[in-house]
Amino acid sequence: MAINPDKPLTFSRLHRLQWEEAQQKYVILYPEGMVELNQSSAAILQLCNGSRQLADIISELETQFATAGLGPDVTAFLEVALNNGWIQQI
Amino acid sequence: MAGFNKSNITPPRWLLAELTYACPLQCPYCSNPLDYANYKTELSTEDWKRVLTQARKLGAVQLGFSGGEPLTRTDLPELVKHARELGYYSNLITSGYGMTEAKIIELKEAGLDHIQVSIQASSQELNDHIAGTASFEHKKQVAHLVKKHGYPMVLCVVIHRENIHQMPEILAMAEELGADYLELANTQYYGWAHLNRDLLLPTREQFVTAEAIAQAFKEKVAGKMKIYYVVPDFYEDRPKACMNGWGTTFLTIAPDGVALPCHSARELPGLDCPNVNDYSVEEIWYESKAFNFFRGFEWMQEPCRSCDEKQKDFGGCRCQAYLLTGDMYHTDPVCSKSPEHEVITQLIDTARAHSLGNEERPLIFRNSKNSKLVQ
Repeated sequence: MAINPDKPLTFSRLHRLQWEEAQQKYVILYPEGMVELNQSSAAILQLCNGSRQLADIISELETQFATAGLGPDVTAFLEVALNNGWIQQI
Repeated sequence: MAGFNKSNITPPRWLLAELTYACPLQCPYCSNPLDYANYKTELSTEDWKRVLTQARKLGAVQLGFSGGEPLTRTDLPELVKHARELGYYSNLITSGYGMTEAKIIELKEAGLDHIQVSIQASSQELNDHIAGTASFEHKKQVAHLVKKHGYPMVLCVVIHRENIHQMPEILAMAEELGADYLELANTQYYGWAHLNRDLLLPTREQFVTAEAIAQAFKEKVAGKMKIYYVVPDFYEDRPKACMNGWGTTFLTIAPDGVALPCHSARELPGLDCPNVNDYSVEEIWYESKAFNFFRGFEWMQEPCRSCDEKQKDFGGCRCQAYLLTGDMYHTDPVCSKSPEHEVITQLIDTARAHSLGNEERPLIFRNSKNSKLVQ
């Protein structure tokens, strides 16, 4: 599955994104499992709140990190997230 | 143990809270100890809350409420609420027996994240036979209600010789019930399953056939349903990395408060497993004899000690080594490098002969009467 640029991205209701103090990182929690996230992956997923589309997320991150050209990396990660069921497009 | 200090011990991530050994079901592969009927005391609500708080502080984040049947504890919603406040991801591992829609809603409001429902087979007759209780229709209703109320749902089916032929129907049932995850758990032969092994262990041909069907289904439902396939290690030539390594990740607390590095560790001799009534979870995890017993590689004998795969499988399962070779320090005999690997070949042959023979021997169901007889 590829990202549809015209639909908003939402973090899955069947997963939980949470800061873990003991691990000093964000994790995704789901039935009997956990994925540890690096800082940039967590920053991307935090923007998937059901109101932003792909282009909004990219531009917001480029502002946040004061850089350009994040499009390909962000899109690639969001595809991984979509195929893992962490995010949805409805 | 030599070579260990607090700084190279990883904190627990998984806490399995076995709230009770009480269970209305009688599955003959239950992983509870054979002598469970001897353990009558259960931790109080306040004890459990303290344990949850202490383990969370160390870093545990996945929490399983298990048993027995955890729904028999009337304080379950209160414990779920406490767990949610602490930031755990709470999994309820239930037979569904005794679950009502009101309870599903109450637990959701308390903060329960996920419900795993077990079903014993795809037909009422076989489910009710294996469970030892008429429960099939109710379990299916519970599965529907779990989805209706917005939980992720794991359907768990333990696979053995009595139901392995139903693999296509089991998969169809999981699809019909809308499972988000299907756990196909090939029986692990500890506790009651060890006792009933000749009657439960499928033949290699049965495994190969069932696995191919499950694999094709996995591809078909990719993106809709995830399949957790617990491998049948007797048909592998390398052992499982049991518990992700002893005392690295998993902490089990038994109903009476005994802390275990894995839920079968009670069967091992001389571990002196500590009780949460006597020690804090931190003391238990870092300092107890039991949790340090098989940490690292110092305890290993040959062929594990010099094996280049020891970092991958940690010598396999200590409980399996003990049950099948009589020595918990030995290489898990599942490993083809084990000098005792023949034990596995023999037990496969014995179970196969049993499946083809005429001898009538009943399954020994897990109940208090049998628990007192077989220990």
